[in-house]
Amino acid sequence: MKEKPAIQEFIKGLWDENPVLVQLLGLCPTLAVTVSAENGLAMGVAATFVLVCSSFLVSLLRNVIPNQVRIASYIVIIATFVTIADRFLAAYTPEISKSLGPFIPLIIVNCMILGRQEAFASKNKLGRSLLDALGMGAGFTLALLVLSSVREVLGSGTWFGMDIMWASFSTWKVMSLPPGAFLTLGCMIAAANWINRRRQT
Amino acid sequence: MNLIVVFISAALINNFVLSQFLGICPFVGVSKKMDSAFSMGIAVTFVMVIAAMVTWLIYYLVLVPFNLEILEYVSFILVIASLVQLVEMFIRKVSKPLYDALGIFLPLITTNCAILGLALYAILNEYNFLQTLAYAVGAGAGFTLALVIMAGIREELELVEVPRAFKGAAITMVIAGSLALAFMGFAGLI
Repeated sequence: MKEKPAIQEFIKGLWDENPVLVQLLGLCPTLAVTVSAENGLAMGVAATFVLVCSSFLVSLLRNVIPNQVRIASYIVIIATFVTIADRFLAAYTPEISKSLGPFIPLIIVNCMILGRQEAFASKNKLGRSLLDALGMGAGFTLALLVLSSVREVLGSGTWFGMDIMWASFSTWKVMSLPPGAFLTLGCMIAAANWINRRRQT
Repeated sequence: MNLIVVFISAALINNFVLSQFLGICPFVGVSKKMDSAFSMGIAVTFVMVIAAMVTWLIYYLVLVPFNLEILEYVSFILVIASLVQLVEMFIRKVSKPLYDALGIFLPLITTNCAILGLALYAILNEYNFLQTLAYAVGAGAGFTLALVIMAGIREELELVEVPRAFKGAAITMVIAGSLALAFMGFAGLI
């Protein structure tokens, strides 16, 4: 296997293998929590924290964990860090913790995190796994931030709680409701496809 | 709150896929063909009902008496993972045709957030045991319904010319959006 420069592991998560737009992983929290930019950012950061910590541990233990029970071990590791993140958010940012609700514990079954452990951290050295996790987390956060910004600006005329639209702007109620999430994400995936094809030709 | 209300609200009004965004991955992944969508729906419902009962019992009989609520997530996910394994072995032993129909979907269910989400919501809403059961059956029915409708639409979609950039996941999301819009019509039901 030829060695790629390590920084490549970080960069690929941002666009080429963006977990949300290209790999379509971790869609449930993506759609559910992105009513406001603040929530989207919080979810992105929480998921990145869990991803980086579990990649760290899985990569360290990759030669210790028996192959047959690896998935179960990964899930326990992930669940532990999610519990930490959940308690932390509940203690320091109770409002965000409340509005994210059960979607914090649901980070455990976010297929993006388990997918990275299985596909990358269990096979690669510590440094690379950390870079990979950071890149994927950043890509995830970025996609969430864009999606939630679009929904918040159009749906309630605000961004991070600040009024930014003109006074006569009438809000698109549907954007804050579930259908808006599906529609916006569909358009974002289409835009990503379009840009990628443009770059190839 | 009676059981029928819990059932209907889980199946239609708060449909797991279209308004709670749980189980999106299988919803996008296995909704290409009608029969596999239906099998997946049944498999998920099956695991949901068992998992909801077991996690409820564990929460109220083990975790609460010993003040171990902090272990909620870890224990739930372990229970679900091992449960899926058990169910898989059980079905393989008991009914070969059923195993062939559901076989490949069962391992996928462990990471289906609808299962864990159901267990967490049942605790969050403080349902009693029977309500949890009705909730699980309703959520499973709603999941199957959404999956089958989606598969029906996607089978038709094969024949339509979709703009190139929208092919695949993008158009699925847009359709899911219109379905979610339609399901919002159920909101006044109760």
